[in-house]
Amino acid sequence: MKKFVRDFELIANKRINREYYLLVLKSPERLPEMLPGQFVEIRIDNSKDTFLRRPISLYDVDMDKQLVYLLIQEVGKGTRKLAGLKAGNSLNLIYPLGNSYSLPEEKAKVLLVGGGVGVAPFPLLAKFLKQNNVEPEFLLGFRNKELLVDLADFEKYGKVFLSTDDGSAGEAGTVMDHSVLKASSFPYVKVYTCGPQVMMKAVSKFAEELQLDCEASLENTMACGFGACLCCIQETVRGNLRVCKEGPVFNTKDLIW
Amino acid sequence: MVDLKVNIGKLMCKNPVSTASGCFGYGHEYDDFLDVNRLGAVFVKGTTGSNREGNPYPRMAETPSGMLNSVGLQNKGVDYFVNEIYPQIKDYQSHIIVNVSGSTIEEYVEVTEKLNVLDKIPAIELNISCPNVKEGGMVFGTHCPSAIHVTREVRKAWDKSLIVKLSPNVTSISEFAKAVEGEGADSISLINTLLGMAIDARTRKPVLATVTGGLSGPAIKPVALRMVWQAYHAVKIPIIGMGGIMNATDAIEFILAGATAIQIGTANFIDPAVSIKVLEGIEKYCDEQGVTNVNELVGALES
Ligand SMILES: Cc1cc2nc3c(=O)[nH]c(=O)nc-3n(C[C@H](O)[C@H](O)[C@H](O)COP(=O)(O)OP(=O)(O)OC[C@H]3O[C@@H](n4cnc5c(N)ncnc54)[C@H](O)[C@@H]3O)c2cc1C
Ligand SMILES: Cc1cc2nc3c(=O)[nH]c(=O)nc-3n(C[C@H](O)[C@H](O)[C@H](O)COP(=O)(O)O)c2cc1C
Ligand code: FES
Repeated sequence: MKKFVRDFELIANKRINREYYLLVLKSPERLPEMLPGQFVEIRIDNSKDTFLRRPISLYDVDMDKQLVYLLIQEVGKGTRKLAGLKAGNSLNLIYPLGNSYSLPEEKAKVLLVGGGVGVAPFPLLAKFLKQNNVEPEFLLGFRNKELLVDLADFEKYGKVFLSTDDGSAGEAGTVMDHSVLKASSFPYVKVYTCGPQVMMKAVSKFAEELQLDCEASLENTMACGFGACLCCIQETVRGNLRVCKEGPVFNTKDLIW
Repeated sequence: MVDLKVNIGKLMCKNPVSTASGCFGYGHEYDDFLDVNRLGAVFVKGTTGSNREGNPYPRMAETPSGMLNSVGLQNKGVDYFVNEIYPQIKDYQSHIIVNVSGSTIEEYVEVTEKLNVLDKIPAIELNISCPNVKEGGMVFGTHCPSAIHVTREVRKAWDKSLIVKLSPNVTSISEFAKAVEGEGADSISLINTLLGMAIDARTRKPVLATVTGGLSGPAIKPVALRMVWQAYHAVKIPIIGMGGIMNATDAIEFILAGATAIQIGTANFIDPAVSIKVLEGIEKYCDEQGVTNVNELVGALES
């Protein structure tokens, strides 16, 4: 897929909660095809204490309106800088980067399990699944109800099961404690996961025990984001692969983690 | 019209702008962003005798005005390069230069011999300065008798243009520059990364899995400029300068310090089309300064 570097105009910067915000960016031209699981590399301008770009997943894409949506958690210098941007500011992106999630072999129900800002790739993934006659449902975990995302962005595609560490919304505990995973029947043919590595590993193990296909979207420290530096490797059964190029989405049976 | 042609020893380049090893993949990673054919040369990733998986994760740490990497020469080995990669990149109009790496003198020679048969590889860059491998690598670049030995053996196996890439992790860069010149190097390139380290105070752990790594980017530019300038005064062979070049002005500074050509590394990660912008910027600078041939600027530092 051809990659582009363009200046986007920030249309809106919406606070989602204390830590998360949503950037809505307008492309100067028709967007190329953008797949679920892919990401962009954002240049952080006027920022003395950052140097490299920051990788952020596609949360949603509106081809007609030429808009890209990014859900970002403030964790450090770069994401803090981006949080302060206002409508009208311009932002330089490299896109679309990385591979993408793949469809299940059987057109049936699938479960998308996400934790925290790891839910970011799911709206676009769910849209893509729906378009291909696959039924997504979600199991989303957050620390507490103050840190929820806008669930309507997910509910429009399928049922959302919720868990919070403190039980302030949905069931108490981690996603792994949720009744959906404890029930006697598991009506899904494939599991997709994104979030903290410990969660993804647990989800992957769960899927493996049921002999279900599982795809996980990994993070890594990236310098370039487009396959040139070999800084972002993940150990796999096919050797060290680049998370930014052969990933970020991996079938969990290929991972050595 | 500014004449941008430069000779790096036996190697004639259409302009002084090239991209640094390990930072530009094999060229095609950048095809979407720029016309690779416009570059003077492309230095491809360090190539070793056999497949290397490189170092464990994490391999990268952002640092003030730069980054540390501990990739550790991950590559599929010289045979894979010859059979699989070379056919895909040999038709670029830019010189393709292979960065030859190894752990032993035998390995360096083996890689060199296997590259010797490839028509479209007019030069090799002998990497005796990788700080990220346990054996060999930088050991050859920081111990003068070893630098002499490996250059001598590789020189015997390679009659096209030989570029030796020097390590900045030495007390006297002039000593190494002179030593490899004495062994028949056609030119030298410098600097490779500076050995550095990053610590996460919160976890009290090193950021890189290998603890130490190679520092690159604007943070190292003053050191690189100084070393290019010292080397320029120590040897007669041409110098390819690099270290933190982000724009045309940085590139001109290297040329004024004594570099005949320059390489751009880390900057490609932030702006993948930066090399072409540097090329156009050099041309514009020459125009504005009334310089008709870029070679007039080489070592033209006024004191
Ligand atoms: C392919 C990919 C997709 C991503 N998608 C999203 C997304 O959609 N939304 C989102 O909010 N974040 C996403 N991230 C993570 C995001 O890139 C990092 O949080 C961001 O780079 C941190 O930058 P910073 O300058 O704010 O933090 P820094 O000041 O650089 O670091 C602050 C803290 O965050 C940690 N950190 C830095 N980078 C990462 C990382 N890549 N992963 C985990 N921890 C990190 C550091 O160790 C440090 O403790 C993604 C990462 C990757 C690799
Ligand atoms: C990720 C990365 C990988 C590198 N790999 C190599 C390599 O394989 N061989 C080599 O000689 N130098 C390698 N280098 C060093 C660069 O070629 C260059 O000498 C150095 O980064 C300084 O230039 P810069 O500041 O413009 O990046 C690497 C640098 C980086 C950042
Ligand atoms: S971040 Fe450079 S290869 Fe993945």
